[in-house]
Amino acid sequence: MTPLVQVRDLSKTFDVSAPWLNRVVERKPRQFVHAVDGVSFSIERGKTLALVGESGCGKSTVARLLVGLYQPTRGDVQFDGQPTDAAQNAAGLRTLRRRMQMIFQDPYASLNPRWKVLDIVGEPLREHGLVNMSSASAGARGADALKAKVGELLLSVGLAAADVEKFPHQFSGGQRQRISIARALATQPEFLVCDEPTSALDVSVQAQVLNIMKDLQRSRGLTYLFISHNLAVVRHVADQVGVMYLGRLVELSDKAELFGHPRHPYTRMLLDAIPDIHMSGRSRTPVQGEVPNPLNPPTGCAFHPRCPHANARCSQERPVLTVFQGVHVACHAVQEGRI
Amino acid sequence: MAAPLLEVKNLRVEFPTRHGTLLALDDISFDIAPGEILGVVGESGAGKSLTGAAIIGLLEPPGRIAGGEIRLAGQRIDNLPYEQMRKIRGRQIGAIFQDPLTSLNPLYTIGRQLTETILTHLPVSAEEARQRAVRLLQETGIPAAEQRIDQYPHQFSGGMRQRVVIALALAAEPKLLVADEPTTALDVSIQAQIISLLKRLCKEHGAAVMLVTHDMGVIAETCDRVAVLYAGRVAEIGPVGDVIHRPSHPYTTGLMGSIPAMDEDRERLLQIDGSMPRLNAIPKGCAFNPRCPQVMPRCREERPELFNAGPTRAACWLVNESKVNA
Repeated sequence: MTPLVQVRDLSKTFDVSAPWLNRVVERKPRQFVHAVDGVSFSIERGKTLALVGESGCGKSTVARLLVGLYQPTRGDVQFDGQPTDAAQNAAGLRTLRRRMQMIFQDPYASLNPRWKVLDIVGEPLREHGLVNMSSASAGARGADALKAKVGELLLSVGLAAADVEKFPHQFSGGQRQRISIARALATQPEFLVCDEPTSALDVSVQAQVLNIMKDLQRSRGLTYLFISHNLAVVRHVADQVGVMYLGRLVELSDKAELFGHPRHPYTRMLLDAIPDIHMSGRSRTPVQGEVPNPLNPPTGCAFHPRCPHANARCSQERPVLTVFQGVHVACHAVQEGRI
Repeated sequence: MAAPLLEVKNLRVEFPTRHGTLLALDDISFDIAPGEILGVVGESGAGKSLTGAAIIGLLEPPGRIAGGEIRLAGQRIDNLPYEQMRKIRGRQIGAIFQDPLTSLNPLYTIGRQLTETILTHLPVSAEEARQRAVRLLQETGIPAAEQRIDQYPHQFSGGMRQRVVIALALAAEPKLLVADEPTTALDVSIQAQIISLLKRLCKEHGAAVMLVTHDMGVIAETCDRVAVLYAGRVAEIGPVGDVIHRPSHPYTTGLMGSIPAMDEDRERLLQIDGSMPRLNAIPKGCAFNPRCPQVMPRCREERPELFNAGPTRAACWLVNESKVNA
């Protein structure tokens, strides 16, 4: 069976140059950030792939590239065997959009404060013509059908059908995130891109949202791309995990493998850095250094200045993601058997 | 046990509004021993940052202390005039806030900010103050401290800025540090560095810490004792290991169960239904009763006080019942 989502050599470069006049006067060169650099992965139907990494590693950019909010600089995304390239596939893209939806991080910014929940959740239904609103014969019945459909969606995420008449400010953060989920589910998508869906929420509310997302995945056979910086959350929701560092995928493997036997030194460092509630008083090996400036990334392996296993080769030659003992890892030291 | 460094007794903080007075902190009591690290944990709106603000005397108006007292080394500090409190702040109580960029002045070099703090509180010469500032920066692990001291905050990364803020908080050798979400704005790898730094420096300087955070992992790694706040009240307080592994209050149990753990696999997380009540709609009796899985009739009527529950103290009628039955 072909995977639902296939991403090949996906790259996105942002131009962050100073304005033209400044460049001329101050003799500054053009500057580019390689936010995502040659990322490849695939997601099986009904599974969850999680991307983790620290701020600025490009995980949210990948999410936006997948749903088409950004156009890739290089590489391509295939959804159910079809390319999602806007230029060659303008007509088919509309159908594709219905099949993939996105949930954003901040439930305060992603819902229009002037719209009622009915309009917010109903918008994708109207936009894709899933509820017949326009034809003369439909009229009031169309509005009723829309209301019924939105009510149904709200029920499926644990809100009340009567909430359709309320505005976003009448809900708490967790409830708003449920509204976002209901909106994403409105078009009955197969694939949901979730960009830090619980990062803005308190832990007890986070647990509610994560449970709902898991229940929905089971009942509707959804496929998720789950972006998070929280490894504990990732461990809870994911089937496969990709670790990103400075725009590149450094390790990609099954959840059990990644958390049980992390291969890449960066993955090991991340796992070691999480404060764990079950290990009171345990001393940890402190992590050295910080994430380098993405404008001026290190040569070779981007992680080599912080890596305890780095040697001359690591600082010159960029490691590629290759299969090693059934795990995708981009590290010279692992491939040479040094660690 | 030695006399506590900080005593908070029946602290009440209220906000008068047009629609009536909101009680944001309701009868909060705890103390911190010299050199001890007390964690204060809770969800947003539980009142944890407000507790910190009340202690350092920086409550935002119209918020005001409506009752109770705060004592630092035996001296009452909750009713001091502004000027006197200013002298205590920095000298005896240091503060670290969540966002290192907003707690540093962007127009001054960090050296100027550090020496200003030192000169305000300690009887030293400008020359000594600068040396001291360099030494502090070195202690917090800032490389090339002697050069970097003349740089501005924007020339530092987030983690480095938070190190500067810690240096600033410790500059006048305070006995107590109030750290409000010091690592929340940082990435995990940097968070681990900052936490171990904070822990090490406070030990070396003999400072006690009140660490406000919503991250139980940080609490578990750092604190000696922890207070769990819910809707402006202390739900449970006790040694960190007992509160985390053998909680007595149903809220603490639910909170612990809702955290995805790194070392066990669960299909579903334990969830507490509903959300924390708003300040204008705190239920009668125990504030947690509408969400509590073990609620009893008494919980809806009478507010529980903190009962002894083995090593911890919990504000729950269940704890009281089990003692009566035993």
